[in-house]
Amino acid sequence: MSEFLQQLINALSLGAIYALLALGYTMVYGVLRFINFAHADVFMIGAFTGSYVAKHVPSGTLVGGLAVLFAAMVVCALLGVLIERLAYRPLRRAPVLNVLITAIGVSLLLEYGVQLAAGANPRSFPAVFPVTQFQLGPLTVSSNQLVVIAVALALLGGLQWIIYRTRLGAAMRAVSLNPRAAQLVGINLNTVIAVTFALGSALAGAGGVLYALNYPSIDPFMGVMPGLKAFVAAILGGIGSLPGAALGALILGTAETFVGGSAYSTYKDAIAFGLLIVIMLFRPAGLLGRFTVEKV
Amino acid sequence: MNVGVAVILVVSLNLVNGHTGQFSLGHAGFMAVGAYLSSACTLRFAPALAASAHPVLAQHTLFFFALLTGGLTAALAGFLIGLPSLRLKGDYLALITLGFGEIIRVVFQNTPALGGAIGLNGMPPLTTIAWTYGTVAVTVFTITCLVNSTYGRGFLAVRDNEIAASSIGLDPTRYKVVAFTLAAFFAGLAGGLFAHLKLAIDPRGFDFFRSFELVAMVLLGGMGNTLGVILAAVLLTLLPEFLRPVAEYRMILYAVLLIGLMLLRPQGLLNFRLGRARL
Repeated sequence: MSEFLQQLINALSLGAIYALLALGYTMVYGVLRFINFAHADVFMIGAFTGSYVAKHVPSGTLVGGLAVLFAAMVVCALLGVLIERLAYRPLRRAPVLNVLITAIGVSLLLEYGVQLAAGANPRSFPAVFPVTQFQLGPLTVSSNQLVVIAVALALLGGLQWIIYRTRLGAAMRAVSLNPRAAQLVGINLNTVIAVTFALGSALAGAGGVLYALNYPSIDPFMGVMPGLKAFVAAILGGIGSLPGAALGALILGTAETFVGGSAYSTYKDAIAFGLLIVIMLFRPAGLLGRFTVEKV
Repeated sequence: MNVGVAVILVVSLNLVNGHTGQFSLGHAGFMAVGAYLSSACTLRFAPALAASAHPVLAQHTLFFFALLTGGLTAALAGFLIGLPSLRLKGDYLALITLGFGEIIRVVFQNTPALGGAIGLNGMPPLTTIAWTYGTVAVTVFTITCLVNSTYGRGFLAVRDNEIAASSIGLDPTRYKVVAFTLAAFFAGLAGGLFAHLKLAIDPRGFDFFRSFELVAMVLLGGMGNTLGVILAAVLLTLLPEFLRPVAEYRMILYAVLLIGLMLLRPQGLLNFRLGRARL
């Protein structure tokens, strides 16, 4: 039983990281209807930014840790806007497939660009937050796990507030419902899309730092697997739905942690795709998504 | 001979991505199935044949059946995967094929009988120029004839407008599955040739990047343009050889090429049939 609870805590912190990434996918899909493959690499850039900034702040303090997190979020938000401006905006009217391929191109560019700049060898990520282990009866909880869960909850709360309580959020929801109608009532499409990219990328940047805290080895390709899994999580919950993305991420984090802790641990990476296939077959719109019929 | 293998892979992928208008990111997975199965065949039976009256003839007969086994198993995998997933469209399909490719890889990585993470090695070097280019010829011939046949027009119809195609009585899912299965078969053959050329295979050689490289070749050549795609495969296979001194920039070059291509010339760099460009 205690092992079960222990795994549940691990699952929660993994799920929280996936949720941060999955939200970015689902938001971009909501407004532009394509998979932003480069999102996973924004996550990686977040972790790298974190490791650079960490050299300049006092390590092992709460303030330093938050500063690292904040810096990574700002850099990633800017990067997200830049990617959208340079690569995706010129293709706004192009077929989805072209945008998808461009996204893969951007993703490769970021990966190999960082590999060239920083080298291919994995480097260790400094402990920027104070590290202690708490004993709760038979359970061990590391402070990093608490940080991950707390930061993720705070960011998700903030996002929820932005989207449902501000004018900008209302504009974003309008665009995701119907971009043309949104433009007709005076919403600036480009602004909304840029903000969406900034928000999603900032969350990915935070996710990158948090991931690197728990798995302290970063390399240019670290984003690929978490990115794919987070996207699976977004589909699992119903793409375009924010609560769905969080739910999907938690389910995926749990499934993966428990498979990883069982005798079949080497199949850990396959479980996400297995889940994806099952969901796609029985509920193509995801758990909380709406099913729409294509009209001619 | 590397070029030949690349041509087979790309021409078969072009049937799915170009002619039928689907977006598969799992082609390396089928190649892996072919490579593993045919290697397992030759590794199992080759020692027994060494003592026969005509060792060379026997070896090559074995190779034929090994390739066929690899191709058919890959086709079976393609069929099983295609049947459910091809009901999905566009980016969902891309993701699910990618997922299947990764699952195939993980399964091979965890099968001790097939070498696990180390892979298989010690295959007899049976891939000759004749085998490679014979298979290339068969692949190109089959796919060209198929696409230009009455039946094959269905693939193009499904690509151009799925709803219109189904309204004149074509079953889009059926066409997609046929394209997928056939492409997987040829990918399996290419995998078998690849394995007996390199003589050692491991699961990491068939990952997402391999699939992606193939997609890049198809795009460079122009989707659905067989000649362009072959040229692109030759070019992109030979290019790294000439670019040895700047090898670390190769993937960056690919990426920039791809983005530039999509922004400036979405019909494909080597597609010169102006006015017919559509994508």
